[in-house]
Amino acid sequence: MRDRGIILAGLVLFLGLITFPAWYSVARGATSKGPQLVLPATEKQCVAPTAWMRAWHMDLLVRWREQVVREGNRNYRAANGRVYSVSLTGTCIMKCHTVKADFCDRCHNYAAARGPYCWDCHVDPGLIRRASR
Amino acid sequence: MFMFEKAVTGSRRYWLWLLALAVVIGLGKLAYLYQFSTGLGVTGLSRDVSWGLYIAQFTFLVGIAASAVMVVLPYYLHNFKVFAKITILGEFLAISAVTMCMLFVFVDMGQPTRVLNMILHPTLNSIMFWDFVSLGGYLLLNAVIALVTLDSERKGVAPPGWIKPIILLSIPWAISIHTVTAFLYSGLPGRSLWLTAILAPRFLASAFSSGPALLILLCLAIRRLTKFDPGREAIQKLALIVTYAMIINVFFVGMELFTALYSQIPEHLEHFHYMFFGLEGKTTLVPWMWGSVVLAAVSLPLLIIPQARQNERLLAVACGMVFLSLWSEKGVCLVVCGFVPSPLGAVTGYSPTLPEAAITLGVWAVGALMITVFYKIALSVRESVA
Amino acid sequence: MKITRQGFFWVTGLATLAHAGRKVLAAAAPRRWAMVVDAQKCLRDQGCTKCIQACHRAHNVPQFREPNHQIVWIWKERFERAFASQQSEYTAETFRDKPVLVLCNHCNNPPCVRVCPTRATWKREDGLVMMDWHRCIGCRYCVAACPYGSRSFNWVDPRPHLPVLNTDFPTRTKGVVEKCTFCEERLARGQAPACVEACPDKALVFGDLADQDSEVRKLVRARYTIRRKPELGTQPQIFYIV
Repeated sequence: MRDRGIILAGLVLFLGLITFPAWYSVARGATSKGPQLVLPATEKQCVAPTAWMRAWHMDLLVRWREQVVREGNRNYRAANGRVYSVSLTGTCIMKCHTVKADFCDRCHNYAAARGPYCWDCHVDPGLIRRASR
Repeated sequence: MFMFEKAVTGSRRYWLWLLALAVVIGLGKLAYLYQFSTGLGVTGLSRDVSWGLYIAQFTFLVGIAASAVMVVLPYYLHNFKVFAKITILGEFLAISAVTMCMLFVFVDMGQPTRVLNMILHPTLNSIMFWDFVSLGGYLLLNAVIALVTLDSERKGVAPPGWIKPIILLSIPWAISIHTVTAFLYSGLPGRSLWLTAILAPRFLASAFSSGPALLILLCLAIRRLTKFDPGREAIQKLALIVTYAMIINVFFVGMELFTALYSQIPEHLEHFHYMFFGLEGKTTLVPWMWGSVVLAAVSLPLLIIPQARQNERLLAVACGMVFLSLWSEKGVCLVVCGFVPSPLGAVTGYSPTLPEAAITLGVWAVGALMITVFYKIALSVRESVA
Repeated sequence: MKITRQGFFWVTGLATLAHAGRKVLAAAAPRRWAMVVDAQKCLRDQGCTKCIQACHRAHNVPQFREPNHQIVWIWKERFERAFASQQSEYTAETFRDKPVLVLCNHCNNPPCVRVCPTRATWKREDGLVMMDWHRCIGCRYCVAACPYGSRSFNWVDPRPHLPVLNTDFPTRTKGVVEKCTFCEERLARGQAPACVEACPDKALVFGDLADQDSEVRKLVRARYTIRRKPELGTQPQIFYIV
């Protein structure tokens, strides 16, 4: 076979490409450990039950958005009776999950759920803190 | 059923043409990716001139799309047999033109990923919503009509009875798409160039001259490139339509000029002054407007004089002039000049940038590709049946 | 005429009820937020831009070197341009070539709201012409419809062009239209708009036109005011004392 060299080279290349997902993550040092979240220091009570929030926080945020922007209603009465002032930066971030990178981003980056464009407009105070350092 | 197999067999010339179009489309796509990531700031648009080349092309192409009615109405409503062989060409032109319209609107949007908001939050008082509905409906109508009639022709049978009311519906619908597009402009209280009742009739008159002019050029090209002959009489009748529509269009423009020039109301006069002579030294659009006038003036005698109109070579020249004249007037000047001067009296110039031009050419190439493929299918079907 | 004790109490009772009723109705009636601009007071210091700076800083309005991409919520125009129908060769010296503050008029009959295909801009019951930057598709139809040039479009990402980032208010992103919102977020907190608060000469008066006793209502009743292009039927709610 004259073409043995080319065929073998092609096979090696093909195998390398097809197993790419397997060896690339290992080479990069990625682990299978889940995201480690930094919980809020001051607040112990979540706006809604944790399991529910994990599944539905996007839905809640969209409802809040419609409520604040289109109805002008900035008050949210949680299931436990507590009333929160609805503001992504002002309440969610600055009152509770103070460093977005330590909370929101951990899961979002792990799950590659980078869809929401919220932060294109809403300000992450962490950016300024980081920039001013 | 879609007969696409007819589109993938062709001569060397056919494939080279498709390749050339693919290259232009590819470049347009790259330019669009640049625009999508950076924003519409890559165009020549500004706070004062917020609609430009893209929307102007959209406006012009709605007219081309509507012009299919000029072959459909005589044939289906009045049994004008001469147009029998070319109604399919008009319908395919309409489909390609409407697709280009939608693409031009898409590339002009600041947040194109939110385009579905128009469907999720329908706003019945917004003319843009109705424009979306009417264009979408027209696309669907023509797609169904073209498909069914061509399929029937391939099978050698008459089209099914239920297609007739749909075809008849497409006639007033064609008028409505361009009327609604005119309404986008003619209901705005702050833009005195467009706030005129004659805008919709003007749009229709220019549509019915530029559309059939393009169709004539396509027919002449088809006769040269394929075995299909649309027929001399069909082309002559189309030429007559172009002639009368162009006369009416020029007359309407004259009406606009009279009202502005005789009333001497500055708000009205200033837009025309900018168009023809410039304002504050800004004269970007002046050559385009005068170019349109000269092309129209030269084309009219060629169309009106029967010996000239009946000479197909001169007719082709005249049709090219009509198309370019109206493209310049409607597809360049009318939209941009509506913004100059601005509501606060500012004179801001506009000229498209390179990415803007590349995207525009890319969209035109998509339309050309669609027309090529559609006509290839239609004419191949016809050849196989014959 | 003899008045009985019963009659007296009837009359005073009814009068009290009527007055209370009027107050209740006024409270129940929707507000009509409006602004009065005292153009002469504003001209006391022609170089002053405190209101513009306050607004743009409070709302993260970007500054562009490229004039074509300019975004402004409130700014100054020459009198002849703001009130084109009011000027002549003999325009009064007070106003000839002088700057006048212009902003969104929050019209009662806004053409921009009429044309928006997604209701990303709409008229609130209390008079504000609102913006929803989540819904805006960036078609710029509202920009074409506004007869006053009050609206700006984000041609590029505005964030690199912010001199200072105010964390209390979001920025916008590329591809959406923006304009003055009468400081809706401040009104919700019971505060006056940023421009009104910042004016050292108290040239801007903001209030509820539906309230007979508000300062704006008293001003428009007592002084002659003009509005921009009223003949278009937009019913602008910015009144200028000239």
